[in-house]
Amino acid sequence: MNTMSLSKESIEKLQELKDKFPDRRTAILPALHVVYDQFGYVGDEQLKEAAEVVELPYVELAENASFYTMFPKKPVGKYFIQVCTNLSCALLGADSLVDYLLEKLNVKLGEITPDGLFTVVTVECLGSCGSAPMMQVNDEYHENLTRERVDELLEEFRREGTKKGGPPS
Amino acid sequence: MPEKILFKYIDEPGQDTIKVYMKNGGYTALPKVLKEYTPDQVTDIVKESGLRGRGGAGFPAGVKWSFVPKDSPKPKYLLINADESEPGTFKDRQLLERDPHQLIEGSIIAAYAVQAHTGFIYIRGEFGYGAKQLLRALSEAEEKNFLGKNILGSGYDLTIHLHRGGGAYICGEETALMESIEGRRGLSRVRPPYPAIVGLYGCPTVINNVETLSNVPHIINKGAEWFASMGTRKSTGTKIFSLSGQVKRPGNYELPMGISLRELIYEYGGGIFEDRELKAVIPGGSSTPILTPDKLDVKLDFESVVEAGSMLGSAGVIVMDETTCMVNVAWRLTRFYQHESCGKCTPCREGTYWMLKILERIENGKGESGDVELLLDICNYIEGYTVCPLGDAAVPAVRSTIEHFQEEYDYHIRNKTCMVKGKPVFK
Ligand SMILES: Cc1cc2nc3c(=O)[nH]c(=O)nc-3n(C[C@H](O)[C@H](O)[C@H](O)COP(=O)(O)O)c2cc1C
Ligand code: FES
Repeated sequence: MNTMSLSKESIEKLQELKDKFPDRRTAILPALHVVYDQFGYVGDEQLKEAAEVVELPYVELAENASFYTMFPKKPVGKYFIQVCTNLSCALLGADSLVDYLLEKLNVKLGEITPDGLFTVVTVECLGSCGSAPMMQVNDEYHENLTRERVDELLEEFRREGTKKGGPPS
Repeated sequence: MPEKILFKYIDEPGQDTIKVYMKNGGYTALPKVLKEYTPDQVTDIVKESGLRGRGGAGFPAGVKWSFVPKDSPKPKYLLINADESEPGTFKDRQLLERDPHQLIEGSIIAAYAVQAHTGFIYIRGEFGYGAKQLLRALSEAEEKNFLGKNILGSGYDLTIHLHRGGGAYICGEETALMESIEGRRGLSRVRPPYPAIVGLYGCPTVINNVETLSNVPHIINKGAEWFASMGTRKSTGTKIFSLSGQVKRPGNYELPMGISLRELIYEYGGGIFEDRELKAVIPGGSSTPILTPDKLDVKLDFESVVEAGSMLGSAGVIVMDETTCMVNVAWRLTRFYQHESCGKCTPCREGTYWMLKILERIENGKGESGDVELLLDICNYIEGYTVCPLGDAAVPAVRSTIEHFQEEYDYHIRNKTCMVKGKPVFK
């Protein structure tokens, strides 16, 4: 379950990062990953807490967080669906894949479905152009997508996601 | 089938583990290097092999290593560029997911050659599985003392950190990558000074691409001459071509440098999707100018592709068939560069923004006469006027589609609609 503060595990990871590199600032990007892994997004509150643990100014974490696009800055659905719409994927129907997902989930781009399960966004090339069209869901790639495969995946996510506890987001 | 170097064992189950990697001859180059060669000798062997950087620019790897000052009292760093974000490119991902030890062994040898004791693999943030694979492989290598202190009793120490990016194309550019590791926003730096002199933390630094480094153990094992005997005289060895788009069998193909574009697309790729007509090909990732079908016989090596009017770049070959609207292609790629511009240089930040605006209005049936000239004008104001090559990289998509397909732009502007019929659908 998402709670608002850093877990013991995250704090330990951050402490480990603090003195791991030749320069402490190198810990900033790994710290953003720790926060993202726990919460599924990187918000101001979490950054403030993390900054204290790694003993760096909060603004330095925040200026990095605002630069990198892979960390959502506010909560997203439990299944964060990122569809590549760059060229190679578009040539094999990525735009209609996006339409299909939005229609099936009855949601707008970037919004969370009412059950809290899904958010769909479009992203740039994910390095999977040879298995287009594709989407990333949380940390996993799903490639060579067809309507049938998308149906199966959404079914699977729904089943898993409504179980108590659900998957890590 | 031509000889494979990097992909020889790529499909063998377990190749990603140290056990199978070693069974297949892995980690034999490293002990040989540590026992038999001085750092300079390693650099010389790599120079002689003719190995050129696979990250896009094709700079000779051994020559780059030799720029690192030997008398500098500062620590030296090796950066392994696994940021792979150039649209159309997906080879490094396969190399690091399926054969991570090949990359690690090559990296250790490179680090030894430049006497670096710390290395960073900078992997793009989205490659979660690749990051796990590399972390596991790094700890396997440590357990066997291929990494760590006093490697195999040689007195040489090396630590390699895995550093995950945060989703920013610009961080694949070498100086932005260093900024990113240093904990700052990834804005590129002015060169000179070059990284070999002033790089990470202000220290001498070598940066190489995943594919470049993966070749190194094989060059050590089989010799510079063997490597140089493959490919062409100036572009030696093999190259992994990432084939994507409207082609029957997309995927990564490791082939000798200098193979023809026709062979790649028709023999290996099985021809055009649904047997349609070929319209255009981007041969080296989204930053390289499109080629038209009359150039199908171009040899895919660094020199020949330039002669044909484009660049080998990252060898991300994107195939487009007759149903593709070239204005849409330009718009889509410009959207990418506009999104990824780090914002430091005005020509790139503003230029990509205005090009996108204009392309958007042409796409939406609101184009005006003079728009094509305006686009070309903006291209001229971006190219050559930015700190890093991202600005230059944004130009070819616009300029080369206008050069070869201006009638499609004109048609769009005149008729408020697209000249090509049919839209890609997903089934
Ligand atoms: C905008 C931009 C993005 C780049 N992205 C990558 C990348 O993802 N991977 C890579 O290896 N090189 C990339 N490069 C090239 C690097 O700056 C650098 O030349 C390369 O890593 C050197 O390695 P090599 O000599 O082994 O090719 C990029 C360059 C630019 C200008
Ligand atoms: S274009 Fe979609 S993954 Fe590269």
